[in-house]
Order: sequence, then C-alpha cells, then structure tokens
Amino acid sequence: MEKVILSGNEAVAQGAFQAGVGLGIGYPGTPSTEIIEVLEKMKGPECAWSINEKVALEQAYGACVSGLRCIVTMKHVGVNVAADPLFTFAYMGVNGGLVIVTADDPGMHSSQNEQDNRWYALHAKVPMLEPSDSQECIDFTASAFELSERYDVPVFLRMVTRVCHSRSVVEIDPEQKYLRQLRDYERNVPKFVTLPAHARARRVILEENLNKLTKDQAAKGINRMEITNTDIGIITAGASYNYVKEAFGDRYSVLKLGLVYPIDQETVYEFARQVKKIYVVEELDPYLEFNIRALGVECEGKKYISPFYELNPQIVAASLSRAGFEPLEELDPAAEEPAANVPVRPPILCAGCPHRSFFYLAKREKVTVVGDIGCYTLGAAPPLDGIDVSACMGGGYAIALGLSLNPPEGKKIFGVVGDSTFYHSGITGAIDSIFNKRNFVPVVLDNRITAMTGHQQNPGTGQTLSGEETFMQEPERIFKAVGYDRVMEVNAYDLKKLRDAIREAKETEERVAIVIKSPCRLLKGVEKGAVPEIDREACQKCKACLRLGCPAISLGGEGYPVIDTLSCTGCGVCKQVCKHDAIRVKEQEVDS
Amino acid sequence: MDQGVKRIMLAGVGGQGILLASRVLSSGLLKAGFDVKSSEVHGMAQRGGSVVTQLSYGKKVYSPISGAGAVDLLITLEKLEALRYVHFLKKNGTLLMNAREIPSLPILIGAAEYPADIEERLSRYPISLYTIDADREAEKLGNPRVMNVVLLGAMVKLAGLSELVDWPSVVAESVKPAYREINLKAFAAGQNLV
Repeated sequence: MEKVILSGNEAVAQGAFQAGVGLGIGYPGTPSTEIIEVLEKMKGPECAWSINEKVALEQAYGACVSGLRCIVTMKHVGVNVAADPLFTFAYMGVNGGLVIVTADDPGMHSSQNEQDNRWYALHAKVPMLEPSDSQECIDFTASAFELSERYDVPVFLRMVTRVCHSRSVVEIDPEQKYLRQLRDYERNVPKFVTLPAHARARRVILEENLNKLTKDQAAKGINRMEITNTDIGIITAGASYNYVKEAFGDRYSVLKLGLVYPIDQETVYEFARQVKKIYVVEELDPYLEFNIRALGVECEGKKYISPFYELNPQIVAASLSRAGFEPLEELDPAAEEPAANVPVRPPILCAGCPHRSFFYLAKREKVTVVGDIGCYTLGAAPPLDGIDVSACMGGGYAIALGLSLNPPEGKKIFGVVGDSTFYHSGITGAIDSIFNKRNFVPVVLDNRITAMTGHQQNPGTGQTLSGEETFMQEPERIFKAVGYDRVMEVNAYDLKKLRDAIREAKETEERVAIVIKSPCRLLKGVEKGAVPEIDREACQKCKACLRLGCPAISLGGEGYPVIDTLSCTGCGVCKQVCKHDAIRVKEQEVDS
Repeated sequence: MDQGVKRIMLAGVGGQGILLASRVLSSGLLKAGFDVKSSEVHGMAQRGGSVVTQLSYGKKVYSPISGAGAVDLLITLEKLEALRYVHFLKKNGTLLMNAREIPSLPILIGAAEYPADIEERLSRYPISLYTIDADREAEKLGNPRVMNVVLLGAMVKLAGLSELVDWPSVVAESVKPAYREINLKAFAAGQNLV
C-alpha cells in the first residue's frame, strides 16, 4: 500500500475501480465532474457522458440489470432531473450493484440552489452513505456496491463540495488490477416490469430489505461512536464531522453517521444511553435532527446552527458556544470584520468569449431574454445585463414559452441555451413552442463543448468521452426537423449579421431559430486573432468598448481605454462597437 | 489540548496557478510525515473570479477549511485579494502578498477604482506583512508563469518548512520535465526574497 493525496472525486473513482465497476456514467456538473473523467483514465470500466442525468441513470440501471456494477454521477440538481426513474428503481432493486453519486453544493459555489439531497434518500427509499474525507470516499464506495447487491437496492453516495474538492491522504495499492465484477442475467418480469400488481409486491420487499440493511454488521460499521464524555454527545455526518472534531477534538462524545438513510435506530438509542444530552451538527436542513426526534430521542441542533450556507470549524464553535460548548482554541482574529470598500471580483466571461456579443446586442435591441445554466449565465451580470430570468437546465426555452403568453413590453421572447444544455433538455421546450404556437425565438450559443464544467464532450462535439469519433449533432438540423421554418446560423464575432438576425427574428411571422456557432476560446486549436490597439487620436473616450465587460479592456490613464495585449484574443468585437474607428490592428509596415 | 494544526490559505485570481502551488505544498508536507487536507474551488468561481485554496497540516487534521480569524499564513497572488481575505488571519498571523495588481470587473469598466492604499491599510492590522514582486522575479527568469512557484519558495520559508523535506525534488516531481529547471530556479528565487 502507498500513501497518496487524492481529492474526494478521485477517491470515489478509485473506490469504483477497486469494486470492479463495469460502467461509469453521468452528466457533468460541479462539484461531481471529475469522478467520471478520472475513472475513464484508469482504463477498464466503460465510461460515458450522457445527454442528461435521467438518461444517465436509466442507462446505468439497464447495465445493472444486465449484471454489471454501475456508478452514475451528477450534481445535486441533477438528481431532480433523474428523480422519475430513481423512485421506481428503488422498488425494482438491482442485479449488479448500482451506486448513485449526488454531489451537493452547500454555499452555492457553482450552483443555483443548495438543496439538501439527503431528503431524496428518505423520500425515494434509497440508502445513503455520506463520506467525510477521501479515504472514506474509497471505503464507502466499496461498501455502497456491497450493500446494493446484498439488499437489492440502489445506494446513494452523498458528497458535498468540501468532500469532492478537498484533498486528503489515502492508502491505495498502486499495482491494483482492474477486475470487472459481473452477475448472471436472469429474466425476472415481476421484479423488472413495474405493473401495478408487481410494484405493490416490490413495495413490501423494499421495506423488508431496508430493515434488514440496518441490522447488517457491515452497515452498522459505517457508523462510528466515539464516547469521550458522558454528559454531552454530538450526532453528525459527512463534512460536518470534520468541523466538529477540528473545533472540539475529543471534548464531547460523537456519533458519526456514515449511513444517513436508513438511520440505524439501535445505534442512536445506544448513543442516547451513553450521553445525557444530544446535539446535532449538520449543514443545511435539519435532516438528522428530524429523523432522530422521530425515533423519540430528544436533541437540539438548528436552534444553534444556521440552516443555510456552509459550515466550518469556527462557525460550529461559535454557534455551539451559545449552548455552553468550549472549543479547543479560542479564536483570536486579526480583525473582527472583513475590510470595507473592497471592489468585488465576480467571475466574468473570458476575453474573446463568443457568448459576449449576443448579450451585448440583446440589451441594445431591447429583447427579453430567458437564460440557462452554463458560462453564459454570466451574460446576466453588468455591464452586459442581457438576461431577465434564469433558473435551471432547459428552462432557457420552456420558461420563455410561459413568459411569451404575457410578454413584458408586448415583445417576442428569446430563450438562450448552450449546446450541451440544448441536448440536455432544451430540445423539449423548442418542440413545445412549435406545438403550442408560442411567440418565441430559441437561440443556441453553440461553442462546441460543455465549457463551464471544464470542457466535456457532448452530442454536438463529434467525440465521446474517450475521444472516439461519433456522429456530430447539429442544432440547425434538429430545429428544422421539429418544424422551424428557418434557422439563422451566425458567427458570434460578426456583430452586424448577429444584430440583423436578432431584428429579423423579432419581426418575422416565420418560426425561426438562431444558432450562434463559434468555439470556446479556451479550446485547443482555437487561434488567436490580431490584437488591436486604441488609437488615442481617434478615441473620443465614449467608453462603448468598456460596456462589453471584456477583461482585456480597462479604463487607463486620462480616461482612455487600454487593451491588454496578453489576455486579448483578437476576437474583433470591440473594433465593431467603436463608432470612431479608434480600435485598430496596427498595420504591418511593408518594405518598399 | 493543541492539536498543532497549521492553517494556510492561498488567494488569487482564476488562472494564476494557485492549484499547482497548493498541490506541491501538500506533497511536500505529506513527505515530511504530516497529515494534510486541502480544499479547492472549481467551476463558476474560476472564470476570472476570486479563487481560494485552503490547506491544513499537522499530526492529525480533520477539516480542510477554516473560517475567518483562524488562518496562520495567508498568501495572496494579487493585492486586492489580500485586502479581501486579511480578516481570515489570526492575530499575529503572516501575510505574504505578491505585489501584482489585477483590476476586477467593476474596476475594468470604470465603476470602481483600484484601491491605492492597500499596503497602508494592511499595515494597520496586527499581522506580519511581507510584500514581494513574484511576477518580476518570474519574468527575470524568463517565464512569467512560474510566479506561483516563486511565491511557493517564499511561503515555504516563511512557514519555517524549508528544512523539513527536499523541496527541489518535490517541485521537480510536480511539474513536466521540460519545466523542471525553471521551476527549481523559481523556487530558489522565492526562498531568497524573504
């Protein structure tokens, strides 16, 4: 064995590899993305990016019915997309083990909400393990596959950002060979075909299996009791355990639940016998607190601990100080408050990003735009201000359809999605618009990659996860096939044509769609254009170029804008917004 | 009971090479026999936004992150980020600041000004402040991208970790062979700056 440092995501991939997983599949989403990427590089299991989380889970389920062990990964909101089959797969049970990773994002580092997916376990009756560091990510992944097969049920592995993207020491065998686990396939209609009569029988079997699971010695071993104080005990799980131990060390007894659904009542009662008073420390919702109270065990938790955002050791210590807890270290900070008047540094579209021009023009053409989830959500921020509403994957079209029934200012509504989002769930809204004759223009910002999560392949890139060539979808073809009269394909860097397309789409009676096709500037092989300069003699200091919000253009001395030659990609958009012809590429001197 | 955990925080702007610096540091600390945990932020936060990595080491480390007022050593690859995160330091903590200024969006578009008095404001905190120009050192070496390793060299010295492990070999293992020599020079240059 060798000690190495792995992130939680790398460790889950390692655990799945060691468990002989046959298929790793998911839809990219921070903080879950690296699990599938790392597993693919380990060579052995079949790995794929799916079109969305529901299709990923369904494929994984089919593979598990065939006898393979499968791991399917998604971010917390992805489980909403996959929820329909999830609830029924719990009734149907498995053949090969099925592990579903939900990567939650408390604090919303890179998400639109911070929903607490532990409730999904309770709601769908799917057992859930919650690791708190990378070693547990390896161990719990292995346990999840075993419990899944032993108790005939899919199993959740619940991660959070601070487990996914934290790196800690693990022990692995670097010589470990890949050994695919495979069970025999048996046709079993009462189990795998959920006619109501079959489902009614499976419903009871599921309940029995969950009861048996909590009595399993291996499942009990996933929980850990640390009795160091007979007066006060803390029940906690996952990342919160780290914060409790860092804040208080061994001062108070701890029950660390690794299996957060179903909760093993015997273990909770045993802990309640050993300590006089119980507190619950958990991030987000009072999930454990509700469940422990439901067992008839008195406890306090959210009375002291915030129900929103991330916790950390100092927040836990400060919160519980109101209940008389004493931390190991008294906080002695350099300052009581953050420094005042520090200009914010929000994320912005990159220099030369092909998404910029659409939002710049949308604002000036006064069109109401519904946005979606991806880099282009940043088009909502000033100075672009190009989005009115944005909520969820695919909502860029479907929410716009509803808005078009009572349009602000009586105008046509535009919906904007990226290419990956278009295939994920944009398509359905585009078809509904034709069906219900909505006054709506679908726009695809097709940058030929899933950019925000770090460049994953999607059905439009012509390549699979492993780099194999595959059929390349084109949004244009799909729009035409589902009933759009005309699809305007425009280059993101041609402002005049893009403006004309937006104007035309606004006015026409035809069913039109716009596809803005220009690759992400961060993709390999995308060439840098000629970098322009500001001609101070021509510049009228009107600041039109600054309103692009390009990180390569800033306000310099004497009120003149300056172009940073290092970060500028020479996309040429600023040249086109300058009315004074003051942004020019220096002519190369020609020898006479 | 002091568990003897030391907490380090690195802050900068997406694309400055924070992750590499933090990973090299983790590898060295593991070699030296410490337990190490670190935390990174990926995704939306990387698009030119403020980026933070935290790292804790000691005999036994539980939490990869620390809250405000609990950090021993703060390293910022940019000046504005020093002001943004200085309250994470403990009293008498150490701030190692790279003298680089990178305007953020409100500054780029003229809606805010880059504060001119960052050093002066920082000097009022009960901390030890070290300012170095790691970008200039990196440029002198011929590759501005090794700025992060210059800072790493300075950071290792300030944290009192220089003798703990053979850092040049840790650095060499962490970068591509073609960039070994320049990164080793960068690390040494950083050590000489503080």
